Amino acid sequence: MTGPDSPADLSQESVDAMVASAVAAISAVQSSAELKAARSAHAGDKSPLALVYRAIGSLPGPDRKVVGQRLGAARAQVAQALSDRESVVVAAELEAQLAAERIDVTLPVDLAPQGAPHPITALMDLMADVFVAMGWEVAEGPEVEAEWLNFDALNTDPDHPARSTTDTLFVEPLLNHVLLRTQTSPVQARTMLERELPIYIVCPGKVYRADEIDATHVPVFHQIEGLVVDKGISLAHLKGTLDHLAQSMFGDDIETRIRPHYFPFTEPSAEVDLKCFVCHGESVGNPDAPCRTCKSQGWIEWGGSGVVNPRVLIACGIDPTEYSGFAFGMGIERTLMFRNHAADMRDMVEGDVRFSRSLKGIVR
Amino acid sequence: MRAPLTWLAEHVELPEGMSGRELSEVLIRAGLEVETVDEVGSDVSGPIVVGRILAFTEEPQKNGKTIRWVQVDVGAEHNQPHDDYPQGCRSVVCGADNFAVDDLVVVSLPGAKLPGGFEIAARKTYGHISDGMICAEDELGIGSDHSGIIVLPRFADDGSELQPGDDPADYLVLRDDVLDIDVSPDIGYCLSIRGLAREAGQNLGVAFTDVVNLETPQPIAAGHPVILEDPACPLFVALTVTGIDKDRPTPRWMARRLVMAGMRSISLAVDITNYVMLETGQPLHAYDASLLTGPIRVRKAKPGETLVTLDDQTRTLDADDLLITDDTGPIGLAGVMGGESTEIGEHTVDVVIEAANFNSRTISRTLRRHNLPSEASKRFHRGVDPAAAYSAAHLAARLLVELAGGTVSSKETVAGAVPEVPTVSLRADLPSEVLGVHVDAERVVEILRASGCRVVAGSEELAITAPTWRPDLRDPYEFAEEIGRKLGLDKIPSLLPVAPPGRGLTRSQRARRAIARAVVDAGFVEVLTFPFMAGDDLDRLAVPAEDARRRTVRLANPLAETAPLMRTTMLPGLFGAIARNTSRGNDDLALFEMGSVFLAGAGTAAPLVPVDRRPSAEEMQAINAALPDQPRHLGAVLTGQWLRAGWNGPGVRAGWQQAFALAEVAAAAVGADVVRRAASRAPWHPGRCAELLVGGISIGFAGELHPAVIADYGLPNGAAAVEIDLEALTAAAPVSGSIRAVSGHPVAKEDVALIVPDSVSAAEVQAALADGAGELLESISLFDVFTGEQVPSGHRSLAFALRFRALDRTLTDAETAQARETAVAAAANLGAVLRSF
Repeated sequence: MTGPDSPADLSQESVDAMVASAVAAISAVQSSAELKAARSAHAGDKSPLALVYRAIGSLPGPDRKVVGQRLGAARAQVAQALSDRESVVVAAELEAQLAAERIDVTLPVDLAPQGAPHPITALMDLMADVFVAMGWEVAEGPEVEAEWLNFDALNTDPDHPARSTTDTLFVEPLLNHVLLRTQTSPVQARTMLERELPIYIVCPGKVYRADEIDATHVPVFHQIEGLVVDKGISLAHLKGTLDHLAQSMFGDDIETRIRPHYFPFTEPSAEVDLKCFVCHGESVGNPDAPCRTCKSQGWIEWGGSGVVNPRVLIACGIDPTEYSGFAFGMGIERTLMFRNHAADMRDMVEGDVRFSRSLKGIVR
Repeated sequence: MRAPLTWLAEHVELPEGMSGRELSEVLIRAGLEVETVDEVGSDVSGPIVVGRILAFTEEPQKNGKTIRWVQVDVGAEHNQPHDDYPQGCRSVVCGADNFAVDDLVVVSLPGAKLPGGFEIAARKTYGHISDGMICAEDELGIGSDHSGIIVLPRFADDGSELQPGDDPADYLVLRDDVLDIDVSPDIGYCLSIRGLAREAGQNLGVAFTDVVNLETPQPIAAGHPVILEDPACPLFVALTVTGIDKDRPTPRWMARRLVMAGMRSISLAVDITNYVMLETGQPLHAYDASLLTGPIRVRKAKPGETLVTLDDQTRTLDADDLLITDDTGPIGLAGVMGGESTEIGEHTVDVVIEAANFNSRTISRTLRRHNLPSEASKRFHRGVDPAAAYSAAHLAARLLVELAGGTVSSKETVAGAVPEVPTVSLRADLPSEVLGVHVDAERVVEILRASGCRVVAGSEELAITAPTWRPDLRDPYEFAEEIGRKLGLDKIPSLLPVAPPGRGLTRSQRARRAIARAVVDAGFVEVLTFPFMAGDDLDRLAVPAEDARRRTVRLANPLAETAPLMRTTMLPGLFGAIARNTSRGNDDLALFEMGSVFLAGAGTAAPLVPVDRRPSAEEMQAINAALPDQPRHLGAVLTGQWLRAGWNGPGVRAGWQQAFALAEVAAAAVGADVVRRAASRAPWHPGRCAELLVGGISIGFAGELHPAVIADYGLPNGAAAVEIDLEALTAAAPVSGSIRAVSGHPVAKEDVALIVPDSVSAAEVQAALADGAGELLESISLFDVFTGEQVPSGHRSLAFALRFRALDRTLTDAETAQARETAVAAAANLGAVLRSF
């Protein structure tokens, strides 16, 4: 339109035409690169408006002011058009980029391999925590234990069949009276011998019996036992504690019962039963709907319990006329079978990672 | 103990129509473990009747058998019209030939159901329509005899004449409910119908009649002479019955009861002694009087004595074994099993019945020593009522008279006496205190009297003499238990005791839980293996002779002869778990286990100290000194892929890197830093094993396993392992930590590449750099290891990133350069040279 050789046309019409041409070009811009080129062409040093602006100096004073204002307004219009177009182009480009960057959110991902605690360990911790929450403490002791602590201190007769090599694993030579503990009760004896009264403890741990391995027996298994020795403790406190544990493990609507039994360690002694959670007792006397879980008995045996035999208190140096106590114990494997439907105890000892992983690391 | 309901009902007035299952509910609540209730004959139904044989014809068959075509009168209700017989009859085919015309037999008619779901219907066989079946014992489920059909006597046991059409179920004892009870060791008296009936009566509140007359006369020596030479036999009653008819069979009712109770019917005399034992709980023994030589002596065995027992085994006797002897030597193992030489047999006509009482502990020891569980030893081991002996002997004698036609000699022998039961004192409110429910004194007295105790009530104390059949009632708490049993434990309230404030888990327990959680989160799966080792595991691991892991604890009676040792290392058990997993197609494995290892101590004995007092400090020390060290270890083994190759990239092999990282994760869980030091230790690869140190203390080892061990245990190549002593780790871990102030000033970063001789480890160089850099160093990390061009052989280039920062100011370039220079200078002492490019 204008060149160095021709005199600049600074009329309103000419300037409007320049602005119109610039705005039209800017509106056609589709990308950041085109925008950059348009900015240079219509707002840069060599743009038509910049070039005509140089002619201002040659104008007479009164015209100079008018034309200066005219050109300033024109350049502002072009700048506004650029800015408007930039917003549109940037937004469109971001949208295109995000669309292009979309992923399949269902692809498999890994931070680390899937680890898992053994369900027995997890359940043992969970059961211990029920008691820790009540202020009890967790006591531990050796697995290779003295016969005296495993049996004699717990009022087990020297001729009791459990002390034979058919039931109990002994360390060589037999005359040393060292064995693999058959219960976690020696920890109770140690606690009574070592700790200040009163005593409120649980002892979780591994125990050993000379049993054949089958779906419901393993020779190395886990127990949790509890012991309270305090003034005024009775069988009613045992019942309350067992109810609390059962509810914590199986839910508030679990039914429990205790049933007279015999254990040397306790007097009176009782077995702890849970109402069958499969048939809820409906299978009793109903041959059409037998229950394999409770063998149609309606109840399943969970553990043993009782009031600590005063003879045990005496052997541990506690005055039975002043103190009394209760104790209970149950198998963790059995509890896991009841709670989480583990069908075969052999799975618990074979170390198959699929077994450990099946609960995703927590016992629910 | 298997107890038929009808037998119990002869001793206790059970409520009308009470079923075995209903009674079992009552007994279970009273503490008797009823395992099952067998509803014997519940699968037999429909018309089963007495029939009289009217006639039969024998018909030989092509298959060589001869069948009988039988006309049998089954009573007016069931007979069909027949031309030859005005009263009618049924015609059936029968394969047996042990009957004659006019015999009474058992006929199951069409519509009857027999055991095994066998339904009787009129069916065509051997050219006839057989309209029922004449039954043998096994077909009715009342025995195993199939040699012929049952031929009934003319008269039932009550003397009434059996008629065609009668229901033979009662006579045959077709149906009964049998309670199978696992009797706990403290209530031996419940190994008898008498004891169970007493419990049923007391718990139901109904009348019980004791079959036993508890009076035992003063010693008499009129019968067969008996000499008691050992206090383990306080009482011995001997009755002589002469002239028994050896041909008389055991009556069906008795045989059926024996079988339902789980015993076999052998011969009338033996069956009678067993029957009386089941009924009274008093084991009896019958000697052939003609085979006894001289007086019966009860004494302990002499060295070298032997006895051939009834099971035809020659037993070498122990000086502690209590024996029944005569002038020829031992004739029985007292309370356990009789001897062969005086056994009654098919020629026996005169018998001497023994009803004796033996000390339960003595019998327990003999029973265990000779591994001879018998019906007798099972009872004596738990304790037998001594007051039942005399009466039981007479019950047996009476049955030998009634059923076997014998004559009881009026001359009897009672040697010894029923031991006195001590009278003990019970505070009347003790049961309430023990049970946690108020039981007033009158109720306590009432219950104990119902249990057979003699009670003299004082103002606060009760003087109690337990009955002879309750040796389990001696201590005050035992009486409290009896009150609880009879009251019903469901009457006891549920009260949660309030513990004093606790301190939560111990430091060691928290540490183990934190470590386990961290190791799991890092990707490891916990397994629980049996903590045993094979005899050659340590050799296969190449553990040297002087290594502590050789201090093994050996089991006297291991579960498997192939694994007689307690583990001293976690690794063999984990190797087994790896093998089991890989055999099942689980190839990518990161397994761990936390548990004790067992390191033998001095091998001294743990004394069996008295239990009537607390052991002394010295005694406890001796007990503990006999036990092995049992530190808890963490073991882990890795094989296969740590991360599998996938859509997003190649996989990562599991190996020594993850083993080292695991050690760091475990230590970090208790706030400790691990330093690694090259080490050589079995069973690891000598060039790829690190000793793990926390604060300079060794806590374990990690690395790739030795190729020979990998091959020997069949592990995948490159398998790596870690074993950490958790006791050492938690002991070395910081007890508490302090938090460092965080600087807000800018960081100055410096990279340093050093040429280092191969003999110097990266950790050493890093430690030297850190030491030389001084307190301005915020962190240092190795980011490159390079060998090849520009690096002399026997050297590596190690590149470290150093970050410097001060708490109080922005560092100047000069300060940073100075710190870098002193760091490099410190590394130079190890032979590290700044790399120039």
